Amino acid sequence: MLNIVMAVMRRDLKLAMRRQADMTAVLFFFVIVVSLFPLGIGPEANLLRKLAPGVLWVAALLATMLSLPRLFADDLKDGTLEQLALAPHPLGLVVLGKVLAHWLVSGLPLALLAPILGIQYDLSTDALIVLTATLLLGTPALSGIGAIGAALTLGVRGGGVLLSLLVLPLYIPVLIFGAGAVDATVAGLGAEGHFSLLAALAFASVGFAPWAAAAALKIALE
Amino acid sequence: MNERLINIFRFASPATFYPLAGRMIPWFVALTVLFGAAGLWLGLFVAPTDFQQGEGYRIIFVHVPASWMSMFIYLVMAFWAAVGFTLNTRLSGMMTQALAPTGALMAFLSLWTGALWGKPMWGAWWVWDARLTSELILLFLYIGFIALTSAIDDPRRADKAGGILLLVGVVNIPIIYFSVKWWNTLHQGSSVSLTRSPSMAAIMLWGMLLMALCFWMYSIALALVRVRGIILERERHTDWAKAILSGETAR
Repeated sequence: MLNIVMAVMRRDLKLAMRRQADMTAVLFFFVIVVSLFPLGIGPEANLLRKLAPGVLWVAALLATMLSLPRLFADDLKDGTLEQLALAPHPLGLVVLGKVLAHWLVSGLPLALLAPILGIQYDLSTDALIVLTATLLLGTPALSGIGAIGAALTLGVRGGGVLLSLLVLPLYIPVLIFGAGAVDATVAGLGAEGHFSLLAALAFASVGFAPWAAAAALKIALE
Repeated sequence: MNERLINIFRFASPATFYPLAGRMIPWFVALTVLFGAAGLWLGLFVAPTDFQQGEGYRIIFVHVPASWMSMFIYLVMAFWAAVGFTLNTRLSGMMTQALAPTGALMAFLSLWTGALWGKPMWGAWWVWDARLTSELILLFLYIGFIALTSAIDDPRRADKAGGILLLVGVVNIPIIYFSVKWWNTLHQGSSVSLTRSPSMAAIMLWGMLLMALCFWMYSIALALVRVRGIILERERHTDWAKAILSGETAR
């Protein structure tokens, strides 16, 4: 059972490595959006410190969403997806492999990049560590929930915009607890509660979302 | 028992449901008018002026029923989506699509009347209260559903994709609601609270309940009208639908 997950993950990672431009474009989108905010609201350090968690998290949501349409679209185009659906393994496990690969090439680099951008916002070391940790914990949930949206909009007119309409409202809890943890740390309160809830969201999304996405894929392939 | 079941499933076919819906619509319209008239009379003329909020509180008779219906309709849509997946009935998908615009309208109406109510009472059109925020997110969910189903040309695929979205949404609604609620309390909360005094005058409660029934009946009537349109559009290749469309049988 784990074999199929690993095999799909390895395949997707290999494909991503051969098209690194796609991956870096998403990362630079993240960097640019985060850098635009100080230009829009002014360089005052106190204000920026207060805004940083929200801005970084919203930018991470948008960057993750940008990379979602490609999650299944290329495989649909060259027929791989049909072959995977016909394979004797549950399609949910295939999707799980793709979700994990998606996280490794989008969520993980975003989380590792975040502390550097956080310095631009004059965040303290504690806040930077918490920010990175929340992104590490929260982005798997984004990949998981996003897979449902990507599968539902597969091959649909105007899929990209539609995807954001479907997925962003479902991202709200992750945003609230992710940015809230950093806020709580900055305010001197503990962030353990936020971390627990974020972990719960991540496990629930990665565990259940692939099966919903698999059901949506089967409809798209009919 | 067995015959009862067969009777229910007989109306799962669009061909038999179409005339049934046509016969039911006038009844629900009549009930809407009846409950609406009674509710408005109680609410606008009989119910006393609130000692704190003056006459302005009377918007409650539209606001609360609209909020209730916006939440209830989403649950009903999710129910039909679940029925559609388990029994594979075509009518269930049509029902979800017929209900969606009414649900979105109710969510919008709830936000709009809420803003109108908030301005004189709190001095602000909008506050980031937990209930307002989750109602706004509910409106987003409705819009997402409508956008998804109208972007897919094949109606069966649209039904099924929409159904998955509804079921995912209905699982997420409590999560979203509680996260927004906790977010709100963590951010020191708004200075105003939506909680009214618990001792609401009985006459106000009755007015509100009657208006809720009116909105409920209105939603059913409108959904039935809309589902009839959807049935005709999708079944236009069948003989019975052609007969109706060409005006041979007046139903």
